[in-house]
Amino acid sequence: MPFYYDFEHPIESLEEDVEKLNARNAQGEDVREKLEKLRARLDEKKRDVYSNLTAWQKVQMARHPMRPTVLQILPHVIDDFLELHGDRGFRDDPAVMTGMGRLGGRTLLMAIQVRGKTTQENIRRNFGMPHPEGYRKSLRIFQTAERLACPILTLVDTPGAYPGLAAEERGQAEAIARNLLEMSRLNVPIVTVILSEGGSGGALGLAVADRVYMLENAVYSVISPEGCAAILWKDAARAAEAASALKLTADELLKLGVIDGIVPEPMGGAHRDVITCGKEIRRTLETAFEDLSREPALELGKRRRMRFRTFGG
Amino acid sequence: MAWFQKRQYTVIKNVSKPTLVRIGTEGALWESCPNCKELALIETLIKNLRVCPHCSYHMRLSADERIQMLTDPGSFSPMFMDIRPTNPLGFPGYGEKLSSEMAAKEAIQTGRASMDGLPVALGVMEFGFMGGSMGTVVGERVSRLFDHASREKLPVLLVTSSGGARMQEGIFSLMQMAKTAAAVAEYRQSCTRPFVCLLCDPTTGGTTASFAMLGDILIGESGALIGFAGPRVIEQTIRQKLPAGFQRSEFLLEHGFLDLVLPRKDIRPTLTKIFQWV
Repeated sequence: MPFYYDFEHPIESLEEDVEKLNARNAQGEDVREKLEKLRARLDEKKRDVYSNLTAWQKVQMARHPMRPTVLQILPHVIDDFLELHGDRGFRDDPAVMTGMGRLGGRTLLMAIQVRGKTTQENIRRNFGMPHPEGYRKSLRIFQTAERLACPILTLVDTPGAYPGLAAEERGQAEAIARNLLEMSRLNVPIVTVILSEGGSGGALGLAVADRVYMLENAVYSVISPEGCAAILWKDAARAAEAASALKLTADELLKLGVIDGIVPEPMGGAHRDVITCGKEIRRTLETAFEDLSREPALELGKRRRMRFRTFGG
Repeated sequence: MAWFQKRQYTVIKNVSKPTLVRIGTEGALWESCPNCKELALIETLIKNLRVCPHCSYHMRLSADERIQMLTDPGSFSPMFMDIRPTNPLGFPGYGEKLSSEMAAKEAIQTGRASMDGLPVALGVMEFGFMGGSMGTVVGERVSRLFDHASREKLPVLLVTSSGGARMQEGIFSLMQMAKTAAAVAEYRQSCTRPFVCLLCDPTTGGTTASFAMLGDILIGESGALIGFAGPRVIEQTIRQKLPAGFQRSEFLLEHGFLDLVLPRKDIRPTLTKIFQWV
């Protein structure tokens, strides 16, 4: 069942019309000319709507119910994947998937935040909100990567680190802090792609990278627009206003120099063509890892620290 | 009477600002404890380092009070105070906040000081300025303090009291978490002196999840709230009341996330001991 936001209504009705004409066409009626015209109008309308999204509409796109999860995109990004489980301390956190992957001729070690597609899967994956053991599992993989001299790929897709009782008991803050410290020391290349939501410290805990990319409709922020509006103006309904003030879209963040590039999405969002989207990510990653492989390995940690030292100073 | 007693958490209720009460003809000033509401003579409170004599609640201290309490008189010389806040995103309403008088000191004071004659690089956060939130100024001052300390081979003491990242600076405040962590990494590599972090009430959010938890030695002040998510956020997430003492220093000690929990009067002698030893 397709899903449309309010601002997508003009597209929804046009797409319905195209569907109807398609059906008539299939029955043997000659409506090709009409169909062509309608399709052209649809394309124009899409360009019109999707190239002028407001910050809040981008947030909505990032949270789109049909937005593909990492599990759907990943097969189109890398050639092969072997999942490795567990933090060696407490538990295997299903909200973070770690393992080895192949991209071109390279072996990557990967840490990936995973949302679920169905409610059941989302409950198992905790809606992509990691517990401390998720960050500790990632750190273990990062250290393995350094030992094996393999580059690291992290894919960020989380509303934030889980704010729950057990997470606090097991030291959520410590787990994230340790990742920030250790990631700034590693002497292997690290590339991060933010797929939909990059929620605050929960995202940064996997995103201290040499190159940070965002999908076109992804957002990356220190706080959710709702949370920001609730704290500042005591009114979560002013989230749209907060979204534009926070400058959390890929365009804005590229302008601010916080990210290195934007991975284009198919017109209308990643869910309309997962394969193309995956291929675009792959192309970005190939160039990024190629570039980074030419940098002196022993300088990588130092350069990464310099990169983060320059933000806002 | 039992021989052994189960350790009790300091139970801290909903805390508001202490209120001043004037009683008596000679203008004796009393202050009511924000926790137990009992009155205490201000003189007593000052002697007691602003710890309530009735319930031993540790009242929050300003950065200046903290510096007074921890360092040799007059030994604190501020550094990096010329780093001033800007409004990098043009966030509505934020510019006015920065033009206030307190904005010069911002949410942290950094500099050099001596403790019983031992030189130390010191940073003290100010909860009174925008909830001690970490923006670019806090991030930059902390990072430069580490650079300075590693050049001069000084130990670092950071006293934290912060609600987390400053949302008015958006993504830049988030990046301060990575920046300060990188500064700690650099310090660890280039210097063999300790970084001690004293976590005071309250230390939450991005501050806890970056430099505050990265000290070689972590000391919590008695009864301080220390955590990643604030208690209200957790209650909303799990839709339950949190148990008494949750996220307090003693709770973190029990779960292995702090080295020590100290009452206020023991903090300075302990720090001196550490800086003498390493």
